[in-house]
Amino acid sequence: MTMTPTMTKPAVADERVAKRNPLQKLLGRPEVGALVGAIVLFVFFASVSQTFIQPNAFATVLYGSSTIGIMAVGVSLLMIGGEFDLSTGVAVISSALTASMFSWYFSMNVWVGVILALVVSVGIGYINGWILMKTKLPSFIVTLATFLMLTGLNLGLTRMIGGGVSSPSISDMDGYASARAIFSSSVSIAGVDVNNTVFIWIALVAVASWVLLRTKVGNWIFAVGGDANAARAVGVPVKATKIGLFMAVGFCGWILGMHNLFAFDAVQSGEGVGNEFLYIIAAVIGGCLLTGGYGSAVGGAIGAFIFGMANKGIVYAEWNPDWFKFFLGLMLLLATIVNLIVKRRADSSKG
Amino acid sequence: MNAKQIDQQQLLKDEKDPLTHTPVHLLSLENVGKHYGNIVALTDVTMAVDNGRVTCVLGDNGAGKSTLIKIIAGLHQHDEGVLHIMGEERKFTSPRDALDVGIATVYQDLAVVPLMPIWRNFFLGSELTSGFGPFKSLDVQQMKDITKKELADMGIDLRDVEQPIGQLSGGERQCVAIARAVYFGAKVLILDEPTAALGVKQSGVVLRYILQARDRGLGVIFITHNPHHAFPVGDRFLLLKRGKSIGYYDKKDITLDELTAQMAGGAELAELAHELEQLGGHGDIVKEVQAEVAGTASAGTPTQRA
Repeated sequence: MTMTPTMTKPAVADERVAKRNPLQKLLGRPEVGALVGAIVLFVFFASVSQTFIQPNAFATVLYGSSTIGIMAVGVSLLMIGGEFDLSTGVAVISSALTASMFSWYFSMNVWVGVILALVVSVGIGYINGWILMKTKLPSFIVTLATFLMLTGLNLGLTRMIGGGVSSPSISDMDGYASARAIFSSSVSIAGVDVNNTVFIWIALVAVASWVLLRTKVGNWIFAVGGDANAARAVGVPVKATKIGLFMAVGFCGWILGMHNLFAFDAVQSGEGVGNEFLYIIAAVIGGCLLTGGYGSAVGGAIGAFIFGMANKGIVYAEWNPDWFKFFLGLMLLLATIVNLIVKRRADSSKG
Repeated sequence: MNAKQIDQQQLLKDEKDPLTHTPVHLLSLENVGKHYGNIVALTDVTMAVDNGRVTCVLGDNGAGKSTLIKIIAGLHQHDEGVLHIMGEERKFTSPRDALDVGIATVYQDLAVVPLMPIWRNFFLGSELTSGFGPFKSLDVQQMKDITKKELADMGIDLRDVEQPIGQLSGGERQCVAIARAVYFGAKVLILDEPTAALGVKQSGVVLRYILQARDRGLGVIFITHNPHHAFPVGDRFLLLKRGKSIGYYDKKDITLDELTAQMAGGAELAELAHELEQLGGHGDIVKEVQAEVAGTASAGTPTQRA
């Protein structure tokens, strides 16, 4: 592996290099814009509302953030890998419906349904990725089709099997209590109830960050999103990486689907439409480039946190929630502009 | 042209590998052809690559240079002819296949991901890891150190291996790509127009690396349309035109002037001069063209770059 140098230049101090101080290094991170936004938002809501900074309220904000954030982890990775997925919102409901309807119809232990839902969720991801790789169509089209088909399947199959628009209650079935304990219960920390989803969310962000920054696969994710042809040319398995990312999104959807199911014991079959955009918004606010190749899992988490703060903060500040969407749109616009500037700067001396 | 062409059949039968003294070439093509639908991109190309030799492939745009290297690099499969690697017939189905037998390609667009740090690009697809099973993680520090050292050995004074590779100049990125191929133990190094987008000084730097790679015993395939870059470093020259081989020369059998004349379409220029003469009344222009025919090769003539 080593080679003998046949020509070495004496080490000369390079006058072109200005020492980068730690602050400049920090400013080069993808999630810095979102972090600044989150701090500003936190200070803002803390100053207008007394309740916002109370531990219980903050736990609620975290819970709200986690229901977006769990999906945002998968969606961020996918976006860094250069694709995006419009079917995530309804796929979450598909997963929950699969688990409840299957267990109910066959009167089986709930866990059988939960495992089957995992297979279905990851399978939907696989099919999305496989069609995308086979057809080379834009992921917008492929996942839009999946979104519509799943929406129809959710409604149609639920009515066909259960005879209604929501899945039958499964709260009295075997395994319900233990599944609920995992997917939808709270842990009391210093008198404050924190939902399990918050811990699952944090764990997912940690694992995703590790994968992204410290493993081979993470390197490949950046590469397939940054330049798929270049990645292929140096031997990166582009297809497997992208399909794997869609499957990871499916996995996140499964976790959230199980939470939805066990939080309420029944699922409305028409839910989930529109949520896919919330996940994408969280990822984009968090610094993931829509064109791929740049971003971080932590960024997506901060994006989800901003979403959670804005969502609950408006309530705590006793404002009309009508303003929430306007606010979200503004955040998205600002975040995208910041990202654009970052990318231009990175590309500036190219060529 | 009085230059002696290499007899293609003789070449593959009798010539011996200069290092191993075996009749087996590191890589050889025999009558290779490729078509895309009804478009014939390449026909009947024969060439050989040996250890410690630079084989230059020259041709204008659309001559089939890119198709040729894509076949060798595993991006496309040839339809006709045979590709031998160390005497064994092969047909690559993916770039990974080609990489596995030691064929590394430095593409015109460099196959680097602009937004990724230099060290990540350097090790992309061949990352170093430590740890066991599912907990294998990247050996970041070692990869950074190696990147820095390898590039320093190539004489590239890098600012920071953590900066995105898109911020480097064209020549620097070229050198990173070459250093990467050399480090990963390439036996055959394909360079696709490495000097095309570079200034004079940077081109010189890249040509030096080509010679370095050759001296380390690599078989180099140097694709270019500039005979002034090809001649000083090349050992053999394959000239392509419209998907066909129009000449295959050993360095001892051809001069830079002859090479340039063939590249610049000397025959066409002579024909043009002849036609103008027959039409008459274009004395100045005829003289100019004749001078051009005579002087296509003189070092001062700027070669057009398209």
